[in-house]
Amino acid sequence: MKRLFQILFRDYKFHLLAVVAGIIGSAVASVRGTLFMQTLIDDYIVPLIGQENPDFGRLARALSSLVLLYLFGILCAYMYNRVMVSVSQGTMKKIRIEVFEHMEKLPIKYFDTHAHGDIMSVYTNDIDTLRQFIGQSLPQVFNSSVTLVTSLISMIILNIPLTALSICMVAVMILVSKNVGKFSRKYFMEQQNNLGKVNGYIEEMMDGQKVVKVFNHEKHVSEEFAALNEELRKSADNAHTFANILMPINAQLGNVSYVVCAITGGILAVYNLAGITIGTIVSFLTLNKSFNMPIGQISMQLNSVIMAMAGIDRIFKLMDEEPETDEGYVTLVNAEIGADGTVTESEKRTGHWAWKHYHKADQTTTYKELKGDIVMDGVDFGYTDEKMVLHDVKLYATPGQKIAFVGSTGAGKTTITNLINRFYDIQDGKIRYDGININKIKKADLRRSLGIVLQDTHLFTGTVMDNIRYGKLDATDEECIAAAKLANADGFIRHLENGYQTMLTGDGANLSQGQRQLLAIARAAVADPPALILDEATSSIDTRTESIVQKGMDELMKGRTTFVIAHRLSTVRNSDCIMVLEQGRIIERGNHEELMAEKGRYYQLYTGGSVAG
Amino acid sequence: MRERMLKTLAKQIKQYKKASVLSILFTALEVFMDVLIPVLMARIIDRGIESGDLKQVFIYGGLMLVCVLFGLFSGIMSGRFAAHASTGFACNLREAMFLNIQTFSFANLDKFSTAGLVTRLTTDVTNLQMAYQMLIRMTIRAPFMLVLSLTMTLLICPKISVVFLAASLFLGVVLFNIIRIVRRVFDEVFKRYDDLNASVQENVTGIRVVKAFVREDFENTKFKKAAENLYRLFVKAEGTLAFNSPVMMTAVYGCILGISWMGAKLVVGGELTTGNLTSLFSYVMSILMSLMMLSMVFVMMTMSVASGERIAEVLAETSSLTNGEHPVTEVKDGSISFRHVNFAYYQGEDKNVLNDINLEIKSGETVGIIGGTGSSKTSLINLISRLYDVTGGSVLVGGTDVREYDLETLRDQVSVVLQKNVLFSGTILENLRWGNENATEEECRRVCRIACADDFIQAFPEQYNTRIERGGNNVSGGQKQRLCIARALLKKPKILILDDSTSAVDTATDARIRKAFREEIPDTTKIIIAQRISSVQEADHIVVLDEGRINGYGTHEELLKSNEIYASIYENQTSGGGDFDQKGGE
Repeated sequence: MKRLFQILFRDYKFHLLAVVAGIIGSAVASVRGTLFMQTLIDDYIVPLIGQENPDFGRLARALSSLVLLYLFGILCAYMYNRVMVSVSQGTMKKIRIEVFEHMEKLPIKYFDTHAHGDIMSVYTNDIDTLRQFIGQSLPQVFNSSVTLVTSLISMIILNIPLTALSICMVAVMILVSKNVGKFSRKYFMEQQNNLGKVNGYIEEMMDGQKVVKVFNHEKHVSEEFAALNEELRKSADNAHTFANILMPINAQLGNVSYVVCAITGGILAVYNLAGITIGTIVSFLTLNKSFNMPIGQISMQLNSVIMAMAGIDRIFKLMDEEPETDEGYVTLVNAEIGADGTVTESEKRTGHWAWKHYHKADQTTTYKELKGDIVMDGVDFGYTDEKMVLHDVKLYATPGQKIAFVGSTGAGKTTITNLINRFYDIQDGKIRYDGININKIKKADLRRSLGIVLQDTHLFTGTVMDNIRYGKLDATDEECIAAAKLANADGFIRHLENGYQTMLTGDGANLSQGQRQLLAIARAAVADPPALILDEATSSIDTRTESIVQKGMDELMKGRTTFVIAHRLSTVRNSDCIMVLEQGRIIERGNHEELMAEKGRYYQLYTGGSVAG
Repeated sequence: MRERMLKTLAKQIKQYKKASVLSILFTALEVFMDVLIPVLMARIIDRGIESGDLKQVFIYGGLMLVCVLFGLFSGIMSGRFAAHASTGFACNLREAMFLNIQTFSFANLDKFSTAGLVTRLTTDVTNLQMAYQMLIRMTIRAPFMLVLSLTMTLLICPKISVVFLAASLFLGVVLFNIIRIVRRVFDEVFKRYDDLNASVQENVTGIRVVKAFVREDFENTKFKKAAENLYRLFVKAEGTLAFNSPVMMTAVYGCILGISWMGAKLVVGGELTTGNLTSLFSYVMSILMSLMMLSMVFVMMTMSVASGERIAEVLAETSSLTNGEHPVTEVKDGSISFRHVNFAYYQGEDKNVLNDINLEIKSGETVGIIGGTGSSKTSLINLISRLYDVTGGSVLVGGTDVREYDLETLRDQVSVVLQKNVLFSGTILENLRWGNENATEEECRRVCRIACADDFIQAFPEQYNTRIERGGNNVSGGQKQRLCIARALLKKPKILILDDSTSAVDTATDARIRKAFREEIPDTTKIIIAQRISSVQEADHIVVLDEGRINGYGTHEELLKSNEIYASIYENQTSGGGDFDQKGGE
């Protein structure tokens, strides 16, 4: 909460000052108007009653000064309302962008260890409650408080005994609200609980609706649902009843206060005590109303304040997450390779790349051609320090080689690829890229040099063309189409309604899994990286389609160092080296023929002779 | 359109009509009491204070207290009934939708996405519940307050009531226009808002792609632009709304000034008492507040229109599959024939996914179906248990057209293990008993042995009473598939269809399951869709599908010789070792 105010004050100091001034200005004008009623009756009406030719000139003058005051009040009101819009929306925008930009900086680990629904909820729920809080609750609470104070002051000016009475009544109001609120909260919690159950059931059944149909289970499911639904109805009924009656109770207690003051005022006036006039009573009663109203308003805002506070906590928790660190200083540059093998940096895109390596010790800069030579040496890794997933992994991939990983699920294949592009950092050992320790390479440059096609393809809202271009933002349409042809995606794309301009929404929901993978391959192809990681990239494509893709993939892999995780024989057989992983260790390595001859684990997997759960 | 929606929704009030009406009545009573108070106050001033008569002060003060008590009672009752009616209405809506969804055919379900149905059943219902409560409380309260207060001013002093009328008119017109403008912008705002959230969602789920391609800055720029746009729209909408309270104040202040001027003259002229003048001041607030409230309610209500439309859409949807007039309730045997079957998912679409399929399957046969992605294997088998209706031709089960069967009978006898299958939260036994509610534990174990699931179930500490979490996330993919097969077997169907149901089971276990099928349920017709040749090569016949047509039909040996597609798939997979990944260990 404090931090939120810090943000607000940091960026909107003058705006907020204006808002405060506006609220006070409009409140003063309003209270002054109420007080005028006393003067109206006591000074301008009562004395004139019975006069032959009453002179309304003084009243006219008083009213015209009141008009000016009112105009001022209205102006203040518009000003603070309008400024508040800029403040609340501006803050929302800033927080949204800040949260998003920070999120983009977070390491993969964060996304792997937090439910995506929870992260989304920060944007959809928490920032939204914040909007309500800044935009509505905050000014209203402040406004109510100012009204409360100005009314109280005016009441004291008018009549002290009646003021004391009003305050007593307010105390009763607060007490009652608190107790009703206690019940209400209890039932609301019960309601939330039941709502969770019903929503859970709905989600589960909607997801399995086709299974329900296949098993003729409609009736059974409906009965179960009806029971849960009825539970929810009962608790919701209770919760809302208490919430609903709070408002009339407050309103009527306000009325009680009004009536008691009226009677007391009447008594005082009749006995001519405490200097009370009719004008005083009328003014006071109006003030009494504007004194009671803010209390109800503040108590209504209290809930949203509590909700917003929880939301703010979650927002700042995300903002406080440690971002991905990067101490790398070796960068990737365009290069020209001389006939004698010398490497020089180039401004243009040359098709050749080099690592620009600055040596701190002797303050020199060397260039090394990017080739795609990857070495792992004694690598240990675990997602947590307690449980190691990989043990002492050694691996040599010379430029242009195709390395395949096979092994059961959970053996650590995907993990290895997570390490090469530093989605995760290793606990022990070394990974070298063209002889450079990858910890020295800037993460962005390291990743740019590695093309990757993931197990789960993710596409973005946009046209098919946009999605392919994601691999290389400045690619021309021709380059994108060429990449699609390479991946054998061109055929199906042309059959889409609008070809390359077809809009994809909802992660490419309108495409089949196979088609999405073809697009992912095309996206990697257009990036034209020297090294490739294909993580079960063809697992959802059937054998026949796969053989079509295979041709394109072979084309793509030509001359690039490639790591393939595949569970189909055809994708692995022609690899230069096959690593058989089991429980985080490489237990066999060699090419297809060698491993077959070894008659070990690979042979077992290959012939399907192994039996496993 | 909108009228139809309201009608559809109103039907769901049902048993809560009484509560709704009572809530409205009590609200009216509460308002009435509220309106009386200023009049009584006027009496206290005129008859009590001015004439120094304490008795009158007490009489009218007492009356006021009675009014307040009545008001309190009415307010509580109206709140109580409103809660009862609105939560009941929500309950009915949920139930009606849920029941209707149960009658949906697969085609109906395809039309709405799972997420779409969930939103309608949850968020949208909550929105309508709030809107309904507001409707029976606020929407009645505000106009009633307006009319009553205006009447009172008219009764007290017709001359001054003109001031009220003018102010109400002014406020009404201005508020109406503000809302009109704002509504249009808000429609746009919410659309953009959804887009923004969708793009966040993409970034969260696709973060690996973003990072792998180093596109953080690109995404930031994209997001910034969207946030910037949203900001502009929001400021436009709320900036217009910022006029609300100043306009309201203008009306109030205008009234106060008008009443002061005219009132002073009338009081001095003896046409109006001081007390009545003060009651007029009280009505200023009630009248203008009620107008303000009305405008707020209006905005809130328009926001819930979209929810209402979405719910009405579900309620109005009727199942595209219905039983015939005299449904057949017995399936003779497990034979299946396809006769010139054409099928398209959407009516009127010229793209058939199945073209002129002719197929005869004898009762008790095992038939394998193989083909590439998009060759319509799943579409083909979905027609057998009439999950969809054919577009042309006919499908016969046991010699009778599937459209003539009672749906329940047909689906009991034709058991499908769906490709995208789910288990439900509950114990393993409970899940199995979806196939047959009355199955004994022994029967459940028998089918699990056939599906090769008994071994791993026995290895769980709580065996058959092990709890399956939602979506079956605590068992591996292969285990889930085997449980799904066992569940389908428990139906003792005449026809069993496996739609790629052993893809996550390792080859050896797959073979064991098929062996058990041969030995344990020889009379059941078995249709197996598979990616692996090994899963189908021992079948009596194999169907090769390609782009919605039958490309080949025969035994493994025949197809190997005669069918190019089959031979090439076989070539690709060679003998048995197509899979490296024992997904069973997932």
